Amino acid sequence: MTEQIIGLLGQGIWETLYMVLVSALFSYVIGIPLGVLVFVTDQNGICRNRVLNLLIGGVINFIRSIPFLILLVLILPFTRLIVGTTIGSTATIVPLVVAAAPYVARMVESSLKEVDSGVVEAAQAMGASRMQIILNVMLPEAKPSLLVGATISLATILGYSAMAGFVGGGGLGAIATNYGYYRYNTEVMLITVLLLVIIVQIFQEGGLRLVRRIDKRIK
Amino acid sequence: MEKEHIIRLEHVSKQFLSRNTDILAVSNINLEIKRGEVFGIIGFSGAGKSTLVRCINLLERPSDGAVYFDDTNLMDVSERTLRDTRLKMGMIFQQFNLLAQKNVLDNICFPLKIAGMKKEKRIKRARQLLELVDLTDKERAYPAQLSGGQKQRVAIARALATNPEVLLCDEATSALDPITTKSILELLKKINQEYGVTIVIITHEMQVAEQICDRIAVMSQGEIVEMGAVKDVFLNPQSETARKLILPDNQFDAEGIAKRVIRIAFDGQSSSDPIISQLTLHSGEMINILGANTENIGGKAYGQMLIQCPESAEALEKIRQYLTEQGIHFEEGGTIS
Repeated sequence: MTEQIIGLLGQGIWETLYMVLVSALFSYVIGIPLGVLVFVTDQNGICRNRVLNLLIGGVINFIRSIPFLILLVLILPFTRLIVGTTIGSTATIVPLVVAAAPYVARMVESSLKEVDSGVVEAAQAMGASRMQIILNVMLPEAKPSLLVGATISLATILGYSAMAGFVGGGGLGAIATNYGYYRYNTEVMLITVLLLVIIVQIFQEGGLRLVRRIDKRIK
Repeated sequence: MEKEHIIRLEHVSKQFLSRNTDILAVSNINLEIKRGEVFGIIGFSGAGKSTLVRCINLLERPSDGAVYFDDTNLMDVSERTLRDTRLKMGMIFQQFNLLAQKNVLDNICFPLKIAGMKKEKRIKRARQLLELVDLTDKERAYPAQLSGGQKQRVAIARALATNPEVLLCDEATSALDPITTKSILELLKKINQEYGVTIVIITHEMQVAEQICDRIAVMSQGEIVEMGAVKDVFLNPQSETARKLILPDNQFDAEGIAKRVIRIAFDGQSSSDPIISQLTLHSGEMINILGANTENIGGKAYGQMLIQCPESAEALEKIRQYLTEQGIHFEEGGTIS
């Protein structure tokens, strides 16, 4: 393996991490409020609102049902509008966020569902406002579960980012496509896949370790 | 001058709308709870007790009626005022409902944080409360590390943090063993007596009501079927539900033996008096004890005993006579004396 390839792989790792982490950050910035909203507007929620609930739920389901590669192509104009280009790592972040935010929203919703409704009731009995309940009860109580969700989301986003390599995205996915797939360089392809596996392992293991450390329910 | 009543419910009903049938969980309840008393709401599962107690702080908004707290109808006030009023009403639950991710100290600080108190002040207040509930050594522990009784103590401390005038207890001892139950009830009694906090207790256990309540309301199918001083209800139950709560196994009304069964209620007689032996000696009749549930509190007997008497009317009369002479309260099966 040439030094050039090794340098390329190093850059690929860096680009992949950059895409995945920045996308995850934005996905959570959008996904947490969306997930909270869809949870609290549910018919058993603390801000029941059927119309809003159906609307948000509908949008989430709509985006989630579009295959990622098709979504990526569909929103090319939008991507260009935001980052000025449609190729490279930064451009890939846009479709990654669009695809991952609804996914994250559902993850957040399911984590919030695990919070004991009795604790929410106790907070209401103490005179807590809805906002206080969301910020001081629901999210902190769901923290371990939210973190488990985040490790799963990261692996999913990583998978998407590799797919984006097929259509001009950056990172390890692009290397696997351009060097491994199109130029029949099996070695490079296997190495990139191996690197992706290692990154997923690190995310997963690190996340779970963190959860074990912060979850006060076990001990 | 302070009003005698702190909570007043007028024609309160709560209907739950479900797909096929509407369930009337609470039906036209009128209730007055006096400042400083321990008031019990007792009934079997599904009687509507928990819904009723939630109507007091509007965790369940009644479908109909008025809920007065200190002469303010909570049905009319803004959400903001309602939340401020809730600060004056602490609540504890069967399942404790502590924040699992926060330690004991932070759990107790929580309502104070909600109320906007400064951090140093709320920690100071929380430590006072830990002392009150006797858990000073557990301030850094998390709920998962505590026993049921300890969790309920933390919940009590948390409910008292904002200095409420009323403490609502929803089956607060139902998940606890008898000894722990007793210690929690003693703590509640202390809070009532030393701090003048009005306590509303929901329970399905007559023993809990007996130990702590001044007055009780007996609920069945969403309605209050009987209300009065706990002593009166216990000695002289008027409703079918109250009688079943007092004698859950229903021996009293069992067919066949019912006529010959007498229920003796002990309400503070000297526990050293051998009542049954004396009864046998005086009447010269054989007496069979069917069941007993008595407690010795400070040398006085509290509780009840079911005895089965001989068949003859004459024997029965002798027994009646003796019990009446001794001033022992009793009822006979089938009829209420």
